[in-house]
Amino acid sequence: MSLVEIHDVSKSYGANQVLKGVSLNIDKGEVVAVIGRSGSGKSTLLRCVNGLEPVQAGTIRIDGVQVNDPATDLRKLRQEVGIVFQQFNLFPHLSVSDNITLAPRVVKKQKPEEAREVAREVLARVGLADKLDAYPAQLSGGQQQRVAIARSLAMRPKLMLFDEVTSALDPELTGEVLKVLESVAQEGMTMMLVTHEMGFARRFGSRVVFMHEGRIREEGQAAAVLAQPKTPELTTFLSAVLH
Amino acid sequence: MIREFGLIDIMYLVAAARWTLALTAVAFAGSAVLGLALAILRILPVAPLRWFAATYIQLVQGTPLLVWLFLIFFGLPLAGISVNPWIAAAVAFSIYGSAFLGEIWRGALVSIAKTQWEAGASLGLSLGEQLRYVIIPQSIRIAIPPTVGFLVQLIKNTSLAAVIGFVELTREGQLTAAGTYKPFAVYITVACIYFAMCFPLTQWSRSLERKLDVAR
Repeated sequence: MSLVEIHDVSKSYGANQVLKGVSLNIDKGEVVAVIGRSGSGKSTLLRCVNGLEPVQAGTIRIDGVQVNDPATDLRKLRQEVGIVFQQFNLFPHLSVSDNITLAPRVVKKQKPEEAREVAREVLARVGLADKLDAYPAQLSGGQQQRVAIARSLAMRPKLMLFDEVTSALDPELTGEVLKVLESVAQEGMTMMLVTHEMGFARRFGSRVVFMHEGRIREEGQAAAVLAQPKTPELTTFLSAVLH
Repeated sequence: MIREFGLIDIMYLVAAARWTLALTAVAFAGSAVLGLALAILRILPVAPLRWFAATYIQLVQGTPLLVWLFLIFFGLPLAGISVNPWIAAAVAFSIYGSAFLGEIWRGALVSIAKTQWEAGASLGLSLGEQLRYVIIPQSIRIAIPPTVGFLVQLIKNTSLAAVIGFVELTREGQLTAAGTYKPFAVYITVACIYFAMCFPLTQWSRSLERKLDVAR
C-alpha cells in the first residue's frame, strides 16, 4: 500500500476546473517533484492532500485514511502531514521557539520543556540552533523558511508537502533551503514537492510528475523524464524554465 | 433658594464623575464580552451564526442609544421586570457598545492574512486554537487604537444615562445648575471634567497608533 493514494481527483473553482481526474501514488520514502506551469493545478493538488482544499470527486488516502471524507478527523491527519508554504507563514508574534513548540504543546500536549527540547533538535537539523529565541522578523527569508521546515519536522510527520518553498527567496538564499530539503530527503522522509528547481528535482526526486492543464501529462524517473521528455508540452516547459 | 456656584459644587461634580467612570467601566466590560462573541460569530464558517451577528449589529447600530435606554428602563417594568437606573444603563450601554466593538474587532480579525489560519490548521490546530493562539494575539495590535477611540465615545455617551435619572457627571451638572442658576459656569466645568477624562485617552490612542504602526 502506498503512503499517498490519489485516485481520479477532480476539483473546480466555480466553472474553472483546475484538477481533471488526477491519480498518483507515492510510496513511503519517495521524493516526488511536481512540476508544471503556473495554473497547471500543481499547488492545488498539494493543498488537497492535507485537506486545505476540498475536492469534488475522487479520493485521496494517506496511510489508508481518506482525506476527503467528512468523518475523517482532519486535525489528527494534519499532525502526520507537514506542509511548508511559499511565503513561510511563520507566526510573526511568536519567537522561533514558540513557532515550533506551539502545535506540539497545544495539539500533542507535550510538556513545555519537552517541546523546547524538540525545538532545539529540529532547529539544529536546519542549521539554526542559535536562533531559538529570535523573532521571525529578525531572520532572513532563507532562515525563516528553514524555521518553517523545522516547525513542520517538530510534529514528526510521515509525509511532508512543500509548496514552491524557494520561489519567494532571493537566488542566493535558495541554496541554504535546498540543502535542508536534501538532508530531510536523505533521512528517508516521504516528500511531495511542487518546485521550479529542476536541478533539485533531478538530483533528489525519485520521480517527477509533470502537470499540464489540470492533468498529469507525464511522469517517471526524474533524470529520464527531464532528459528525454515525451510530450511536446513538457519539452516546451523545460526549454522555458531551463532557458 | 438659590445658592452660589462654589468650590464645593466643583467637588461634587468631580465626585459625580466617578459614576461616569464606573458606568463606563461596566459598560465597556459588557461590550467587550458581547463584542468579542459577535466578532467571532461574524467570521465563523457557519452562515446562520454570521447572519445572526450581522443582523444584531445592524439593528443596534441603526437605532439610537437613547431609545435603548428608554426601552429597557421604561419597557422592562411593563413586562414585570423591575430595573433600577444602574442596571438599565449597564444593559443598554453593553448592547450598544457590543455592536460597535464587535465590528471593530471583526475588522481586526479579518485583517490577519488567511495564510496564518492555514498555517495553524496545517499544524493540526482546531478553529478555536487557531483563533486563540494565532489570530487574536496578532489582531490585538490592530484593534487597540480604535478600541481606545471607542472608549472615548463611550465616556461621553454615558451622559445620556442622565435622562433615566442615573446620577453621573451630566445629571449632577443639571442638579447643580438648577440649584445655583449658573448653567454657563456649571456646564463649562462639566465639559472640562469630560475633557480631562477623554483627552489623555485620545493622546494615548494616537501614540499607540504611531507605535504599533512602525513596529514590525
